Amino acid sequence: MNSPRTAVKGNLLGSVCLLAAIVLTLTRHGLITRGVLWASMALGAGLGAGLAAKAQMVHMPQLVALFNGLGGGASAAVGLIVLLQASVRVDVFGRLGSGLALTVGGATLSGSLVAAGKLAQRLPQNPIRLRGHTALTVACLTGSLVLLVLALFPGLGAGAAVAFLMLLAALSFGILLAIRVGGADMPITISLLNSLSGLAASVAGFALRNPLLVAVGAIVGAAGLILTQTMCRAMNRSLLTVLAGSTTQAQQMPLDRARPETPATPAAPGQGLSLAFILETAQKVVIVPGYGMALAQAQHQVKALFEALEDNGKEVTFAIHPVAGRMPGHMHVLLAEVDFPYDRLCEIDDVNPEFPETDLVIVVGANDVVNPAAATAEGTPIYGMPVLDVGSAKHVVVCNLDDKPGFAGVPNPLYKQQGVLCLWGDAKQTLEDLMTHLGGH
Amino acid sequence: MSAWVLVIVFVVAGAVGYRVIRGVPPMLHTPLMSGMNALSGVTVLGALVATAAALTSGSKALGGLAIILATTNVAGGFLVTHKMLRMFKRK
Repeated sequence: MNSPRTAVKGNLLGSVCLLAAIVLTLTRHGLITRGVLWASMALGAGLGAGLAAKAQMVHMPQLVALFNGLGGGASAAVGLIVLLQASVRVDVFGRLGSGLALTVGGATLSGSLVAAGKLAQRLPQNPIRLRGHTALTVACLTGSLVLLVLALFPGLGAGAAVAFLMLLAALSFGILLAIRVGGADMPITISLLNSLSGLAASVAGFALRNPLLVAVGAIVGAAGLILTQTMCRAMNRSLLTVLAGSTTQAQQMPLDRARPETPATPAAPGQGLSLAFILETAQKVVIVPGYGMALAQAQHQVKALFEALEDNGKEVTFAIHPVAGRMPGHMHVLLAEVDFPYDRLCEIDDVNPEFPETDLVIVVGANDVVNPAAATAEGTPIYGMPVLDVGSAKHVVVCNLDDKPGFAGVPNPLYKQQGVLCLWGDAKQTLEDLMTHLGGH
Repeated sequence: MSAWVLVIVFVVAGAVGYRVIRGVPPMLHTPLMSGMNALSGVTVLGALVATAAALTSGSKALGGLAIILATTNVAGGFLVTHKMLRMFKRK
């Protein structure tokens, strides 16, 4: 998976190995002839394939979150089955494993579904905080722990009741956890849930004494953990503050304070000239794409603009913020969709020192990641987040839909800055306008 | 298999995975995540065994559900990953 070239093979290898593992497991347990098992698998595979075939790159985050939840749910179900039969020669270790699988898997299921809902904009984007949210969360967590201990000793009482209560506690915990996370922190949450689903599979392996499950689950858990760390570092947040929903403070902050008093003026007739001039004279151009580009489906226009600029002998690079888009690496995938040369994509640390020498920055549908308020607006979700320092470039052209605050809900003072030209509207259209200016010379 | 062997497997696999995956460039983080996500559907193995061993019809139904969920995860996960990676490859 270390380079785009080998990753395809890696992925195929992984799927073939998993298929082999399924067949091997069935053979070893003498189950190869059980039609019901095959039918269930066929149904699941069909469902998955259908969903995957329909998926567009923009919708990738919620789809991954959804699949993730299903995996967690499956692990939870495995844990539940084993626990329900706990009276039948399952030792303490097996019960611990299945209890954990039930808890972690259940939390993954409900948390992922909430996250998917938020990403698909079926649920409100902003953090939802219930009364006594922290107390409720802690209660769920302690409840899970107590039940887990109870489950270790099936002699004490009703095993089934304990198991179902555990499921309930886990599901509530997942919902409480995810619902409080604000939109801007979603990438972190998905990464964490991804890690949890691996962990759930791993502990289910403990329950069933299956080393393969344990190993693969552990690797997935580790991968999710790395991504979570990467995302946290990119946003300069600790995992705890994200989960504790400290973003909620943003709602208390008077947003109007930083909001521009008058809406930025739409491109006045006179501006067209200077725009053409800027485009013509710029030598070093950096394009900053954001999720808005994906929403406007303007990747093709961005690519066309890139090619036009290159043809005019300009040096063009792309600056990709680590949390641009809705999940780690989302922007790269979107640009790859239009067959983009990926060696032109730069990371934030490489590109930030370059901005003072840059003649022109074109922002396409990006807001939070270029918001200079991140350095000053204390208590907002983006405070302290490293941003792309586009303001230090000579000229900035912003092709965003409007001047509304981005996903993080923080107004962007960049729009009012000198040397910044804002073209509001559908990025598809504004980019084409840009190109006509370029083509005119 | 003894419990402690499993714990060791867990620790070693986690450590190896951590080291290997650290090397994946940010460009591939989305495919990485969805690929890993697909792998987490490995729990289908557990679901198969547990379902086959299930005694009550309730447990069996639950097992069937687990298998469906897990295979949806596996098939969907690998397919979207493949779809994404193919786009990178075209270049």
